[in-house]
Amino acid sequence: MFHVLFKSFKTGCLTEKLPPRDESLDQVGEACREEIARLFGKSMAVRMVDAGSCNGCELEMHAVNNGFYDIERFGIHFVASPRHADLLLVTGPVSRHMQAALKRTYDATPSPKVVIAMGDCAACGGEFGVSYASCGAVSNVIPVDAVIRGCPPTPLQLLQGILEVLKAR
Amino acid sequence: MTKSVHKGQLESPVVASLPTLLNEAGIPTTEMPAVKGAARALSIDSRFWAKAASVMAENYVRWSAVWGEHDSPNILIKAVFAARDGHVLLCTSVQETGGVLPSQTPFFPAANRPERTLQDMFGIRFSDHPDQRRWLRHLAWGEDQFPLRKEFPLAGTPQQETPPDCQYAFIPAEGEGLYEIPVGPVHAGIIEPGHFRFSAMGEDILNLEQHLGYVHKGIEKCAEGRDVQGLLRLAARVSGDSTVTHSWAACQACENAVGLKVPDRALVIRAILSERERIANHLGDIGACCNDVGFAFALVQFGRLRELWQRDNATVFGHRFMMDVVTAGGVTRDISPEHVALLQKSIVQLRKELKELIPMLCEYPSLQDRFRTTGILSPHVARTIGALGYVARASDECWDMRRDAPYAPYQNVTVAVPNCKEGDTAGRVRVRGEELFISLDLLDSFLSNMPSGKISADFHAPQTDCFGVGLVEGWRGETIAYVHLDSNGTVARYFPRDASWLNWPALEALIGGVIVPDFPLCNKSVNGSYSGHDV
Repeated sequence: MFHVLFKSFKTGCLTEKLPPRDESLDQVGEACREEIARLFGKSMAVRMVDAGSCNGCELEMHAVNNGFYDIERFGIHFVASPRHADLLLVTGPVSRHMQAALKRTYDATPSPKVVIAMGDCAACGGEFGVSYASCGAVSNVIPVDAVIRGCPPTPLQLLQGILEVLKAR
Repeated sequence: MTKSVHKGQLESPVVASLPTLLNEAGIPTTEMPAVKGAARALSIDSRFWAKAASVMAENYVRWSAVWGEHDSPNILIKAVFAARDGHVLLCTSVQETGGVLPSQTPFFPAANRPERTLQDMFGIRFSDHPDQRRWLRHLAWGEDQFPLRKEFPLAGTPQQETPPDCQYAFIPAEGEGLYEIPVGPVHAGIIEPGHFRFSAMGEDILNLEQHLGYVHKGIEKCAEGRDVQGLLRLAARVSGDSTVTHSWAACQACENAVGLKVPDRALVIRAILSERERIANHLGDIGACCNDVGFAFALVQFGRLRELWQRDNATVFGHRFMMDVVTAGGVTRDISPEHVALLQKSIVQLRKELKELIPMLCEYPSLQDRFRTTGILSPHVARTIGALGYVARASDECWDMRRDAPYAPYQNVTVAVPNCKEGDTAGRVRVRGEELFISLDLLDSFLSNMPSGKISADFHAPQTDCFGVGLVEGWRGETIAYVHLDSNGTVARYFPRDASWLNWPALEALIGGVIVPDFPLCNKSVNGSYSGHDV
């Protein structure tokens, strides 16, 4: 137990600032918080849906929860059910076998809802395109508000993408 | 923990003796020199397909993979078996119309799902197969349509909307107090999609059936007609966490097919990429396993180490997962002396951290209380189902191609293979902890002995059809790729076999008697790839 406490103490706080783009992180973060307040209340719940990805995007989604990014500090957290969600973060070219499940997840998400297609596959079908097994882009299956490009997008790109989507709404 | 070679492995014959074994059993064999990459390629008559499997099983040869290739009017079938010192490819052929092949499943349970997949994708039939349900096909294409036949167009003839696959015939659970829990395909966490059907009594799981195939996106069909670079972009995305593994296997298959020698420096860089991939995934999964029993401390610590490791990947190789760095003929990025120093420094740092953290986990009572005896895969069962990688090693089945059938540059180093006999979650986590240190040692060795020279050789496909197999020990275990390049240099067939094909059944086998709340933990400790399986 003492080893664990000592290690935690020694590791300290890891969360770091995003590199500035147009404004400093604090401004973007604050703006984000305001947008979340305007759109959803005090926080925003995200339900991720892997609709056919290679799992690369999911790994980076996990990374935004690590100590360096800690996306929860901006009021953004991942939830287990679409019924609890404000935002759907969808990855992958939508496989035909996931088409119905994605539509049902979308329908189960209460309005107002935001849909983000994460990664090149979700944006345009990526390497897989449209085929007997793949519907291609997420927007071919459900309405999409914004896309975040990258294969996969880095945690930073994901975070900045989410902030920009909120600001634009 | 003991370090040993398993009995079954010692008992299994060397590749060179396999033709004699088959011939003595009355199975005539013909050598197939055109297929390059496996230690041996043999052709047999389809009548002997099951009998050959029975000979292999009797001699402790491990079943590894099977795939098909449409060559009208026939379907060519190729299966890979692992002997003590390498792999043998067994080939046969059946007619596309009404073709029937005796099933190998009665001798090797591992062949169950792959054979059902061949039925779905090629329209041939396996007789004596114990389970005639479809496997990879849901409802995206018709029962009488076979996507991997040549005349089937990549676009297919999809309906406006593919209906959900509600009619799959799970084994029914009936009896007083018995109930079923359907889970997925959309899961509660940040995870890939698949369906699990539990039969439970109170908290105890009596049976688990998996229904996978949700992320089938037609990778094999998609590859056909591409050039080699196009193929490799796909191979890198078979499973995002194994991008180096599948890229390397596909490259090896292409290089074997055309007989290209890859520069030594490129091979060492590939091994560095591969070991870095292993370390990143082990770090992430050890943290996640601990988190699944509420020990968030480890998730934070291992998440931290994984992030730092991935940042070094981005600095040195331009991508956090090192995607698209392995290419046909070599690698796309060299490692500068400054970057060698950076990587060496990070190895020292990580080793120091792990020496502090791994014992902490192994000694922490409330963590080990949840890990130990949870989800036991007995050595016998692991061997029967042909489990691979750390899942097998934690159940005393310690195959590792890097040691047993080394490919360059692993023939120049000593690869330690950790194992234990418990087969529980604690064992799987502990084996992965040990593998971290072994990989760090390998990285040290590679980085301090980097050969000089070019990092790639020019890749030219010859003007004739050529066939190659690639065999790589990925972080999940043995990974296979098969490539057929046609006379235009384009891909006629690509088949990737992720280790998950053999490890998903391990999860079904180890879950009996586990309580429902421990399922996520057991699932994570096995960590099968959905995408790598469903392709």
